[in-house]
Amino acid sequence: MEQIEGFAYILGDDINTDDIVPSHTLTMRDPKEMAKFTLEFVDANFVNNIKKGNIIIAGENFGTGSSREEAVNVFKILGIKAIIAKSFARIYFRNLINKGIPGITLDWDDKMFSNEDQIEISLQRGEIVNLTKKKKVNFVKIPEFLTNILKEGGILNQLKKKLYN
Amino acid sequence: MYHTVAEKILLKHAPGMKELAPGQFIECRIDLIMVHEQLGGRIHVEYEKLGLDRVWDPEKIFFILDHWIPAPTINAAQMHQDCREFAKKYNFIHDMGINKGICHQVLPEMGFARPGMLIVGSDSHTTTYGAFNCLSTGIGATDVSVVFATGNLWFKVPESFKISLSGELSKGVMSKDLVLKLIGDLTTKGAIYKSLEFHGADCLSIDSRMTVSNMVVEAGAKFGVFLPDKTLEKWLEHRTKEPYQIVMPDKEAIYEKTMEYDLSELEPVVAKPSSPGNLDSIKNVEGIEIDQAFLGSCTNGRMEDLQIAAKILKGKTVNPKTRLIITPASQEIYEQALNKGLIEIFIKAGAVFTHSTCGACIGGHLGVLGEEETCVSSTNRNFVGRMGAPSSKVYLASPATVAASALHGKITDPREVL
Repeated sequence: MEQIEGFAYILGDDINTDDIVPSHTLTMRDPKEMAKFTLEFVDANFVNNIKKGNIIIAGENFGTGSSREEAVNVFKILGIKAIIAKSFARIYFRNLINKGIPGITLDWDDKMFSNEDQIEISLQRGEIVNLTKKKKVNFVKIPEFLTNILKEGGILNQLKKKLYN
Repeated sequence: MYHTVAEKILLKHAPGMKELAPGQFIECRIDLIMVHEQLGGRIHVEYEKLGLDRVWDPEKIFFILDHWIPAPTINAAQMHQDCREFAKKYNFIHDMGINKGICHQVLPEMGFARPGMLIVGSDSHTTTYGAFNCLSTGIGATDVSVVFATGNLWFKVPESFKISLSGELSKGVMSKDLVLKLIGDLTTKGAIYKSLEFHGADCLSIDSRMTVSNMVVEAGAKFGVFLPDKTLEKWLEHRTKEPYQIVMPDKEAIYEKTMEYDLSELEPVVAKPSSPGNLDSIKNVEGIEIDQAFLGSCTNGRMEDLQIAAKILKGKTVNPKTRLIITPASQEIYEQALNKGLIEIFIKAGAVFTHSTCGACIGGHLGVLGEEETCVSSTNRNFVGRMGAPSSKVYLASPATVAASALHGKITDPREVL
């Protein structure tokens, strides 16, 4: 968990939960089926393109809108390992951490990241290395209270330990 | 130390803590949790992972079906079945079924939201209960599972913004115009993780305050809490016999920011497609033709909203190019509207009056928009595809603006018809 490696996929500002999980998919029972529609109205090829990337790098207010946790689940199903954004909506940020996906807040620009750049993230050092561009940047480390949840792979795993130990 | 309302209520709910400050992570006891269709959508899947055969306290769970009621599709019907099965298995006591209305209206109507409480819910608009001087906010399915299991939840203590109100709203201007202006001023990310604390709201009715608290989340806020006053106490008298303690901030409490609004200076506004923060004056959008006008939702489907619409529509007819759909926020409001003759006014004006549901607001049913259609709506979100086809456009506005626009078939300043 502390070291995450992958390839960048760039998204814009104000990507909302209705963008990520369009309402017409919300009553689908099978999360894998739902994931096929991820961001369909924002980026019609997202589900195909994301196969090349697994670290989302987004703009401001990522995940604004509803409390629907499906908007985190679909990314998990699609193999996303971390999300870097200029800012996160509150509920979305909680949902990410609770599901064991690091949400990293970083003010970045396009000199720092492009699509498909190879990225290495160290949560412990608060550092992101762009191997493609040979650049390094530091971020404000995720507070320990939250990295403890990430270390367990999500809050339900952490809770299970407390309940059964 | 001196505290804001949010700090005071969180501290009261954090066992063993004597002091706290913004930015700190704490564990709090939850007084009440609201769940809707998310129970069958995600929560049951997450909760079953814990392998527990009970929930922490069935008395403190408020369960209601509202988003897709009655089920318009087989998928929705199955989701409802999953919900009911869970509610039965874990002996839920407050099971509201499908015939009460929208969660954020029904819960306070039944006296479940009282000053000083800490309430969470599986819906982002859970902030609505802030109108009742309590803290309430939306959480995801995993957080709900944690509360179901333990009754506790982690919180980061938020910084507070003081929103200072004065004056009275003028004719044709509603609290929806205030909150749209506030979101426009703050931007949709301007209050992320903050608690908005509203002072000087004495002139606003409870209905009006609920609209404001409901939409603070569109600026990113965690809470939107009003100070208590006589209007609130009077409202609660009819709704609950449970004791409660009002919560006032300390005079010396520290706010990250203060914003002032003179209500008498406000004018009708809209949020243009496709963000609740895309604020514009009614003057700049007047005349835009609309296919549909929608009045309803947890934001604006209350008596005050229906009454102003009825005032505008009485004895008149909706423009034949436009559909007007009216959905009350609860079945109690439906009944009041019936008894007061409002429904007759609406039907005679050519509106479609539906039962209470989230329906059209989420593009679910009872008013879904087609490709390229334009709608003026009293709801809370106008994201791409929110109310239907991705090419449809939604202008968020007050109930008065919605009714006036329905009358003319184009976006209309309500002051022209009042």
